[in-house]
Amino acid sequence: MRGQYALALGDDALVLAQRLGEWVARAPELEEDIALANIALDLLGQARTLLSYAGEQEGEGRDEDALAYWRDDREFRNVLLVELPNGDFAATMARQLVFAAYQYELYDRLRAGTDDTLAAIAGKAVKEVHYHRDHATQWVLRLGDGTDESRRRMVAALDAVWPYAGELFEPFDGADVDPATLREPWTAYVHGVLAEAGLDVPEPTAARRGGRAGLHTEHLGYLLAELQHLHRSHPGVTW
Amino acid sequence: MAPTDQRTDDREAAFYAIVDSDGRIEPRDDMPEAYRRSLVRQIAQHAHSEIIGMQPEGNWISRAPSLRRKAILLAKVQDEAGHGLYLYAAAETLGVSRDELLELLHTRKQKYSSIFNYPTLTWADVGAIGWLVDGAAITNQVPLTRCSYGPYARAMVRICKEESFHQRQGFESLLTLTRGTPAQKAMAQDALDRWWYPSLAMFGPPDTGEQVSGGHTEQSMRWGIKRFSNDELRQRFVDMTVPQSEVLGLTVPDPDLRWNDERGHYDFTQPDYDELFRVIKGDGPCNEQRLRHRVAAQEDGAWVREAAAAYASKRKQAAA
Amino acid sequence: MSEWPLWEVFIRARRGLSHQHVGSLHAPDAAMAVRNARDVYTRRGEGVSIWVVPSGQITASSPDEKDAFFDPAADKVYRHPTFYEVPAEAKHL
Repeated sequence: MRGQYALALGDDALVLAQRLGEWVARAPELEEDIALANIALDLLGQARTLLSYAGEQEGEGRDEDALAYWRDDREFRNVLLVELPNGDFAATMARQLVFAAYQYELYDRLRAGTDDTLAAIAGKAVKEVHYHRDHATQWVLRLGDGTDESRRRMVAALDAVWPYAGELFEPFDGADVDPATLREPWTAYVHGVLAEAGLDVPEPTAARRGGRAGLHTEHLGYLLAELQHLHRSHPGVTW
Repeated sequence: MAPTDQRTDDREAAFYAIVDSDGRIEPRDDMPEAYRRSLVRQIAQHAHSEIIGMQPEGNWISRAPSLRRKAILLAKVQDEAGHGLYLYAAAETLGVSRDELLELLHTRKQKYSSIFNYPTLTWADVGAIGWLVDGAAITNQVPLTRCSYGPYARAMVRICKEESFHQRQGFESLLTLTRGTPAQKAMAQDALDRWWYPSLAMFGPPDTGEQVSGGHTEQSMRWGIKRFSNDELRQRFVDMTVPQSEVLGLTVPDPDLRWNDERGHYDFTQPDYDELFRVIKGDGPCNEQRLRHRVAAQEDGAWVREAAAAYASKRKQAAA
Repeated sequence: MSEWPLWEVFIRARRGLSHQHVGSLHAPDAAMAVRNARDVYTRRGEGVSIWVVPSGQITASSPDEKDAFFDPAADKVYRHPTFYEVPAEAKHL
């Protein structure tokens, strides 16, 4: 059971790292290219330790690469939020704010959880995610209170991402931290940022869910096809 | 002699006194205008190469065949963004802005290294770029750490320090392939076949005829910007690389390559310089694609840069 | 369109050392400049503290005044400890 939980958290980090990697050589400024790559690298590092641990717990000899490259999309357990296409910079920052604020509260509690390995992973990762959350916050403030165009894009980005936030807090069997307990601190943080940026909290809508159960958006299939094709073309070799 | 000329002469003498004694020129020192212009062009071209060079390798980040390789490649491409940044900053000490330089790149008035106009067709190309292209770049760059212009030399020190992992990871990645399956080894050989001559061409045209006397190379050497000729550096690269290819178990695609005992160097076939000039002029396989990608990133990001600037000025006004 | 201003970056490599100039970068404001500096200049754990200063805010001595500024210090050898000869048996000086 715990293997499943580490797998889900690892998939979140892996899929989001893959998405952020798509920004390389496309960011609005050189400094931002470097910042986004840093965040992607942090998430990729988290994914590797979480997937390795999930493999150990499963006990069938699957390592990080076996789990990342040899599962199909129906077997991935990430939330839908992280697989959404990057969109424009505002869309990526909206997704970053929603996810990093969640991941920060999650890791912060996981540090004190009953699973020592997860606690150790979270203890290291929480510092990274603290920075990710701050990075997204800085940009949401600037885009929300920048120009008319940036504000229009930021509002649209938040509206688009909002339905995917609910899934973050749904119950997960065998979770070390009950996701529902994260909603309150998450709400306090995210609503605080939006208020400071002069942005309205989007209207509540029906939550888009299914990722944790392997029911994904159409986007994930393409993301995985790209991620996995070379590895699968040469089964069993060393890279 | 008019007094103003005397002063110019004194300033020029002071400049050459520093350069000739292997000292460093710093941003606010007097320098001949031609020296300044030459440096701006060279540093900018170098910076452009770093950021355009992110594309061929970045092409494989999403498809890297293991998570470890993905992390390494992402870190490496990120370093290249950093190197571009250091170099633009060095050029900015000479009184040009990054935006001006990018504009010159985007309008094709300044160049970048021709090597990045070749496509990365397989995963082995990523290893070959690390091993050959970064190897050639390091051969070129190490002497630049002693270049006469302080900010450029300091940027190169930082870059060379960071680059050392780039070449090693490329070599290690290729070694893994050559020790792998026949398909992996064939992939590595194919990459070497395609990247060998373009890598040799990275050192520029041969130093013959007017290139040597009165040409660009001689002037750059006089100014302490360039320390070795193109041919010297190319030879150094070949001498260093051929034994490494033997460790890899790969064949350098040059039937005339052999050790020359008398010279104490390898004899080798020169790259096709007509091709080099064609690619530099814009007729390489990827020139259009690379530039279009770069311009699109710049244009797509304009509203973000404007928003951040607008936010900053609002805050400044509110504080005033 | 206006370019983001240039900032000079100073890093304290570790506790006990002073901040040293390491390079520059562009950022829209101070808050972003210090974050960008973290990403650009401490990717390999090069620092424990960062200063950023708008490049335009730095007042530099002029190279034209170089002789007047720095030459007078060159002949004040008595400011350096090696100027003073003391017997070898006098320790801790």
